Amino acid sequence: MPHVEGFMYPNEIALYWSILIVLYPYITGLVAGAFILASLERVFRVEAVKPTYRLALLTALAFLLVAPLPLQLHLGHPERSYEMYFTPHLTSAMAMFGFVYLWYLMAVLVVEIWLDYRADIVAMSQSTTGWRRLLYRIMTLGSTNVSPRALRIDDRLGWFITLIGIPSAVLLHGYVGFIFGSVKANPWWSSALMPVVFIFSAMVSGIAAVMLLYMVSMKLRREPIDMRCVDTIARYLLYIFVIDFSLEMLDLIHRIYEADASFRSLDFMVHTKLYFSQIVLQIYIGTLLPILLLTIMQFRKFAPATRKAVYSVAGSLTLISVFAMRWNVVIGGQLFSKSFLGYTTYKVALVTREGLLVSIALMILPFFILWILIKLLPPWITKPAAPLESSTT
Amino acid sequence: MNITRRQLLILLPAAAIAWEHVLAGTPESAPNYTMTEHWWGMLIDIPKCIGCGNCVAACQKENDVPDGFFRTWVERYHVTDWNLTNPEVISPDGGKEGFPAVKEDENGKYFFVPKLCNHCADSPCTQVCPVGATFITPDGVVLIDQKYCMGCAYCVQACPYGCRYIHPVKHVADKCTLCYHRITKGLTTACCEACPTGARQLADLKNPKDPIHEFLKTHPVQILKPQMATGAKVFYNGLDGSVR
Repeated sequence: MPHVEGFMYPNEIALYWSILIVLYPYITGLVAGAFILASLERVFRVEAVKPTYRLALLTALAFLLVAPLPLQLHLGHPERSYEMYFTPHLTSAMAMFGFVYLWYLMAVLVVEIWLDYRADIVAMSQSTTGWRRLLYRIMTLGSTNVSPRALRIDDRLGWFITLIGIPSAVLLHGYVGFIFGSVKANPWWSSALMPVVFIFSAMVSGIAAVMLLYMVSMKLRREPIDMRCVDTIARYLLYIFVIDFSLEMLDLIHRIYEADASFRSLDFMVHTKLYFSQIVLQIYIGTLLPILLLTIMQFRKFAPATRKAVYSVAGSLTLISVFAMRWNVVIGGQLFSKSFLGYTTYKVALVTREGLLVSIALMILPFFILWILIKLLPPWITKPAAPLESSTT
Repeated sequence: MNITRRQLLILLPAAAIAWEHVLAGTPESAPNYTMTEHWWGMLIDIPKCIGCGNCVAACQKENDVPDGFFRTWVERYHVTDWNLTNPEVISPDGGKEGFPAVKEDENGKYFFVPKLCNHCADSPCTQVCPVGATFITPDGVVLIDQKYCMGCAYCVQACPYGCRYIHPVKHVADKCTLCYHRITKGLTTACCEACPTGARQLADLKNPKDPIHEFLKTHPVQILKPQMATGAKVFYNGLDGSVR
């Protein structure tokens, strides 16, 4: 029996959305963020981030493939989830999940990756042997024309798909925010800002993840890190982080100033049950510190080794912060009573279906998928896009 | 087609078994009941509630409600003086076994508030169900098709009144059905039947002869959390401003 303070409606004592529902927006956020980083190069012509373009796409795909798993594992009857596709209830925000997901996966991400890699796939289907050759031949889908004209069409089509992909990525994650933001019964969630905050925090987390993955993979490959690339990514991370933080502060200030019926209860929760995860982890350590570090990097040209170290720390803290934000939204939204008179507690179980071990496995799985994708479709550019400023560390 | 007496004797039991199988998948028949002629709700007369918990026990027995979860429950409020925003509320085991005695010297007022699904006309739980397993019947009762529900718990989050839970054995959403299996047969709900003081009254808002109409005309009646605009159909007489 969870520990209860004050009064909860009797059915509220148990939490119905667990850590798995924390992972769901976290993972889809990484997908949306990674895709938007990729689109920086493709649509907005930010050439400096080109070395991460393909890595960002593969990262988005790896995480997107895992995104439905926490939801499936959480359902009381996962075998009935197909009903959402066949008999969706059109007034339900959640009913659209399957369609938004499939649209993003099949109409945007997979198509874009295929178009971008098509020439490579054709080349690899000719240069490899055995099962790999067969696999690549299947992946060409019979389209083996790599004439300059065909490649030009690929490129233009890819650009167009990315253009569609940006609003799609925003839709994918903004929609996740809407699932929470539209619950009028829950004042912690109910906010028109929720989808917007979700989108910006998603961009922040995806950009930080790809930046870190790029630096780690370069280190593993013993190749030089393109400093112009990571400097640019870090700069974008800072800009978007500032917008994200401003939006979250706007929400907070609005709540404090308006001080509606729920305020005292929520305020108490933030200062007690959520103090560590919200104030300490999300705001101080996870947001203000990386913003400070990244800002300092903008004012002076530090040595590449210092910049890399700072970016690594700032990126890691960012990922922790966004995870904490998801936790505070999902779990925080269930810790207080809708009577505003009491609080319950949430303890993560270790080995249950919705426990810690499953959650850790679900967070490792995308990296495993990414590893396979990278083996299959190497994202590395053999010639760096820009002159290097430093060598490997 | 010619059927011999022998064939008929074989066919009849087979047909009976087949018919029984067909009926197994349909709701219990309710002859003389036309859904569109009713619009169900409930009246709770707070001054009459004595907090005995009979309604909670009757509901649990009638509907096989799992331990620790409640289709209906009773809360006891203790409000001191003008302090409406900080009432002291308890509901031990949903009030099933009654409440601890009140100390003589304590000040303020005590009263009981029975709670159940409000069978809202614009119910947020129905709105959010991704597969439509939760639905409103033409006679105004919010029900769950438990063979269809996938147990996502979005409806539990969407209910402002805390009336829903995930059944620990069936792993689907569960809540008060307003004893639909009884009211469609002309009976009242188990909770209303068990109430010794008549504090709970089933109300058919479409029936002009139902005493609810006279009651609503002559009493100051309120619903819970009207700001939620859910179209709640459980009406409370004598509802204190401190109740949430």
